[in-house]
Amino acid sequence: MELVVFVLAAAMVLGGALGVVTRANPVHAAMSLVLTLFGIAVMFVSHNAHFLAAVQVIVYAGAIVVLFLFVIMLLGVDESEDLSIEPISKQRPLAFILGGGLMCIIIAAVVTGRKNFASGGGALESATLESPDSNIRLLARSIFSTNVFAFEITSVLLLVAVVGTVVMARRIKSLGTGK
Amino acid sequence: MISAILSVDPLLDGKLLWTPLIIVLVKVLIVFVVGLVATMLMVWFERKVIAGMQNRVGPNKAGPWGILQTLADGIKLFFKEDLLPERSDKFVFKLAPYLTLVPAFLAFAIIPLGGDFRDGKGGMVTMFGHQTRLQLADPPVGVLFALAISSIAVYGIMLAGWASGSKYPLLGSVRASAQMVSYEAALGLSLGAVILVSGTLSTAGIVDLQSSVGRWNIVATGFVPFFIFLIAATAELNRPPFDLVEAEQELVGGFNTEYSSIRFALFFLAEFMNTITMSALIVTLFFGGPQPISIGDTTLDIPLLPNALEGTVWLLLKVLVFLYIYVWFRATLPRFRYDQLMDLGWKILIPASLGWFMLLAAQRVGRDAGWDQIVVTLVSALVLIGGYALLQRAQKVSRSNREKDGASF
Repeated sequence: MELVVFVLAAAMVLGGALGVVTRANPVHAAMSLVLTLFGIAVMFVSHNAHFLAAVQVIVYAGAIVVLFLFVIMLLGVDESEDLSIEPISKQRPLAFILGGGLMCIIIAAVVTGRKNFASGGGALESATLESPDSNIRLLARSIFSTNVFAFEITSVLLLVAVVGTVVMARRIKSLGTGK
Repeated sequence: MISAILSVDPLLDGKLLWTPLIIVLVKVLIVFVVGLVATMLMVWFERKVIAGMQNRVGPNKAGPWGILQTLADGIKLFFKEDLLPERSDKFVFKLAPYLTLVPAFLAFAIIPLGGDFRDGKGGMVTMFGHQTRLQLADPPVGVLFALAISSIAVYGIMLAGWASGSKYPLLGSVRASAQMVSYEAALGLSLGAVILVSGTLSTAGIVDLQSSVGRWNIVATGFVPFFIFLIAATAELNRPPFDLVEAEQELVGGFNTEYSSIRFALFFLAEFMNTITMSALIVTLFFGGPQPISIGDTTLDIPLLPNALEGTVWLLLKVLVFLYIYVWFRATLPRFRYDQLMDLGWKILIPASLGWFMLLAAQRVGRDAGWDQIVVTLVSALVLIGGYALLQRAQKVSRSNREKDGASF
């Protein structure tokens, strides 16, 4: 049963990822990204991480990709781009090297961490099975008490990003950029 | 022989046998059929009520009181010519109606449709020797599932407008997606108040806690989250007075201008289905769902009906009230202007729901820590007023800055 779910979800993830790279139309690529994100959400559910799955769908599929699509629509990038132009010279061979390097790192991490996968997570799982809410409770306790400082710093970072965007996007007349 | 078949393990899981599987299948079928029939009746209900409010007769030819009018319209739409615009993106154009319809049905799955919540039974019903709930699914993430579904429902409308390959649908869908993304924040934050008070995410758990009128979440959360949720839900549904998505005077017909035949019917179906689901969600979250109305120790009991079915009747009655309110909105309120819509969402609803959430959280912490409730309320009220003053000041400054820059709004 778990194998069937895994194979289906993995097919969704890989198919979506291939679609993002290969589709010429940006809207189709964004939709493939949604497919990938859903596949990952299914994997989360099959590992009892229901809250992560819900957040994955709400935040990534429901907000971020919607924003991507929004920008694509507003800019009207309907025609496929000319693929022969390289904004950074030698970007294609560089991409191959970096992608290969990332893959090596991930494989190395999986190989070295295999022992932990087999044994770890036992404490969390027994708590999860007791009551469906306890998983979320553990997560909340971890975020809002143990790691509250990191959490607050992250929110400040996001706030700075928002303020920065507004400042950059605003046309100020005295600088001569506005109408 | 039959027992031999029934003891075969269908999912090769070692734990599940046929009976729970059949129960789930029956539930899926019931939810699907109930959804379709309810939508059909809702369309008729809306036309009839709005006709009454405008001194007209409304549909009165097909069936008694015109009740079969929707069925006739549906059959007519099936046989209409199916047009595919030349400049459309064929695949996405065909996909978009289903992307709207499927979330509309999915969200219905987590609504408790009945069951006995009295005397601590928690809505459990015995069916063929199995304890089960009268609800299709009770996922551990509960109401977050509804939020996730409503956040992916925007894709259908967005892609429909884009794939049509013409200007007005595109404008309509850009409006729709901006509106839905904005109001989702207010929706989620007012939902947060309910989750804070209930201490659980599960819809059955939330219903279980609201055993009498005084413990309904609308009272327990202090009314404000309910009104924010109602307004945000209306905007999320793109219903009047927030139906800028299909403002005929400005956009011809909005995102579905290029759609015809059964594809248009699917959008129509999804829209009304969503209205029913959202009303049921409001009832579940704030009005005790299938719980009977009880004040103090006296419970309004419907005689001769088993308690589990009585829950369904109560849910139906409560949902009808909200469906009527939605029709009433449509008949009464003029459409918002686009900047008014965004102002209401971002400058009023989101700060208000955040502030109220903070107030509730402070009360909760104060109660747990044994602080004086009056002091806690006073301090949080002062903080709220301070925050409101700051927000007003910031808006005033930015408005005067914009006017200095020569903006006309």
